[in-house]
Amino acid sequence: MADQIARANGQPPMLTVEGLKTYFFTDEGTVRAVDGASFEVQAGKTVGIVGESGCGKSVTALSILRIVERPGRIVAGQILLRRPNAKAPVDLALLEAEGAEIRAIRGGEIALVFQEPMTSFSPHYTIGNQIVETIQLHQDVGKEEARNRTIELLRMVGIPNPERRIDEYPFELSGGLRQRMMIAMALSCNPKILIADEPTTALDVTTQAQILDLLRDIQQRTQMSVIIITHDMGVIAEMTDDVIVMYLGRVVESGPVDEIFHQPKHPYTQALLRSIPSIFAEPRTKLPTIAGSIPHPHNRPTGCPFHPRCAEAMPGICDRHEPRLRPISEAHFASCFLYHEPEAAPPS
Amino acid sequence: MRMVVPLLEVRNLQRFFPIRKGLLRRIVGQVRAVDDISFHINKGETLSLVGESGCGKTTTARCILRALKPTSGEVLFQTAEGEVVDTAELPKAALKPFRHQMQMIFQDPFSSLNPRMTVFDIVAEPLLASGVKSREQRRRRVEELLELVRLRPEFMQRFPHAFSGGQRQRIGIARALALNPSLIVADEPVSALDVSVQAQILNLMLDLQDELGLTYLFVAHDLSVVKHISDRVAVMYVGKIVEIAETKTLFKAPKHPYTEALLSAVPKPDPRRRSERIVLQGEVADPAHPPSGCYFHPRCAHAIDRCKTETPSLEEIQPGQFVSCHRAREISLNGVEAQGNGMTIG
Ligand SMILES: Nc1ncnc2c1ncn2[C@@H]1O[C@H](COP(=O)(O)OP(=O)(O)OP(=O)(O)O)[C@@H](O)[C@H]1O
Ligand SMILES: Nc1ncnc2c1ncn2[C@@H]1O[C@H](COP(=O)(O)OP(=O)(O)O)[C@@H](O)[C@H]1O
Ligand code: SF4
Ligand code: SF4
Ligand SMILES: [Mg+2]
Ligand SMILES: [Mg+2]
Repeated sequence: MADQIARANGQPPMLTVEGLKTYFFTDEGTVRAVDGASFEVQAGKTVGIVGESGCGKSVTALSILRIVERPGRIVAGQILLRRPNAKAPVDLALLEAEGAEIRAIRGGEIALVFQEPMTSFSPHYTIGNQIVETIQLHQDVGKEEARNRTIELLRMVGIPNPERRIDEYPFELSGGLRQRMMIAMALSCNPKILIADEPTTALDVTTQAQILDLLRDIQQRTQMSVIIITHDMGVIAEMTDDVIVMYLGRVVESGPVDEIFHQPKHPYTQALLRSIPSIFAEPRTKLPTIAGSIPHPHNRPTGCPFHPRCAEAMPGICDRHEPRLRPISEAHFASCFLYHEPEAAPPS
Repeated sequence: MRMVVPLLEVRNLQRFFPIRKGLLRRIVGQVRAVDDISFHINKGETLSLVGESGCGKTTTARCILRALKPTSGEVLFQTAEGEVVDTAELPKAALKPFRHQMQMIFQDPFSSLNPRMTVFDIVAEPLLASGVKSREQRRRRVEELLELVRLRPEFMQRFPHAFSGGQRQRIGIARALALNPSLIVADEPVSALDVSVQAQILNLMLDLQDELGLTYLFVAHDLSVVKHISDRVAVMYVGKIVEIAETKTLFKAPKHPYTEALLSAVPKPDPRRRSERIVLQGEVADPAHPPSGCYFHPRCAHAIDRCKTETPSLEEIQPGQFVSCHRAREISLNGVEAQGNGMTIG
């Protein structure tokens, strides 16, 4: 898969995630939060990861940054980060979680923006100090210069009166301003990849529009790659070049945004798109629904994880074999037996 | 048959909250959470209240249910007995005989159900409180209610934690329906649910409305959800209604600049419709210190001098469309064009 896409546009992807499995070993059993996820992120592109709650979006992000908390850990897979001048990519999955190398990458080459900016700033320090500190942690600059850079960053993310706001505490700011601060902090070390996990979910639509515009604008100016994680198909449609659809820890479909919306292949993607309330719909019309609800993480279905809810499930096949992510066209992949044959004999 | 009779009429409703400061907790100001709003809801109809966080939606809902006492204004409710009562004015005791005719559905199905009670106890609680003494009678009614919300009656003895978010919301709805209410006030009933489950609950609410002739006041911030459920929509901004109209009209041809901006801000689920969005500058005004004149003027692209000094009032621009804007008749605004069921999956 990695090679195919690399050939398609002549450039190896910036980040390749291959067969990633991140499990939580809890007292009640093992939660397979990410269970064999594969995808890639091209330089300068925006990739969307979409799926309903608990499908493993956030844990995927945490895995890339190596900040999965115990009792969770990466149990398999590769996370290959390619750097401009290095011969071989570095496998983030193999790095020591607390080691110097990943700490330099985290907040340096790869930065993260969370849903709730309040929890990512310490309430006891001014936001300015926290950004200044981050800059000094990753770059060899003096305090004065770091402060000037911070003011510039705040201006860049659209914070009015940055010279004054830099000395405010997190609680003094509105949700929208805090999210801008968080983005400023993420940008402070010129990341190559920005991961934004539900960056606008806690915000009102008008503030959401401001933040999405800001992200798009910065992406265009800096040419960084952006991974945007959301459950909102609208945000995906507006922001991304490529889309990854997750269900129960797996990538069930991935491809260019236009194909995902206009020629979705996987039954889950199709059903999800039909079931979302759309602003284009006729008032008071019923929505097609997906039967049932997402299974509890401890009760994963056998075979295809979507089979108990799938209208097209083939008994004897879908409940017994696990489909794999296979190409449908050049850059479009789906994990479904409607598009490929089961390969191994069913477990008896 | 939907009859065109207002079940609820809200007139000049206000609810202020005092701002207290200092050791003596002296009142130093007022949060004008709901600031002189009027609207009605016809029998069997769904009116949605939309607007950004803090604009006063929940406060309005709570005033209608008299969970909060309004500062001023009237809340005229037509009881099942055909009487019209002002619930804003009545003493609590006098409210009791018909209070059960208005019920609430909450946003968070996880915290709104008591984890130590079985589904039977949860749904039967209002029955018991209203004097249904026979356990057998309660059991039969709970069975009926669970079937109504498409839950298996065998689930009756289970506890809420055994249910998914969507199922818990169904339990909450069953409970709200226990005493045959005529008005259901639903405050963000689907915002905490997964996307695929939202559709199930919205469909259920539409079905129940047809089956039971319910009237809904639907509070939400998600305009896509609102479009699916409502007959009419009221848009709130800083404690005031700025526009109210039939759903189709409001989405297709909004007349208030704030409505237009809200519609434009919604991310559209179609990559072929990426368009230039209207991105409002600045932030929602603080209801403790609202701007002069039209509260929207600091963010409005159409503001003129008059907007800074003179507060517009809600006027009927065309039959059924009420707008609070000095320039509603002269500016032309864009809405969203409906298109079949929304998605074109080819
Ligand atoms: N008990 C209270 N004391 C003081 N202020 C209050 C109180 N309840 C609400 N407010 C204020 O009144 C205003 C309206 O609040 P309300 O909860 O009605 O908003 P809302 O539209 O429901 O918002 P959301 O979308 O966030 O639920 C806000 O400024 C809020 O802070
Ligand atoms: N710290 C943890 N301990 C145990 N299970 C966890 C933990 N964090 C996440 N999970 C589980 O992993 C799965 C995926 O979670 P997550 O990635 O947060 O989903 P989402 O797609 O909503 O971001 C869920 O079943 C979740 O309950
Ligand atoms: S593999 Fe079978 S059950 Fe799974 S999505 Fe495809 S058709 Fe449905
Ligand atoms: S009254 Fe003036 S400021 Fe208010 S919405 Fe209308 S044009 Fe804009
Ligand atoms: Mg998450
Ligand atoms: Mg509210």
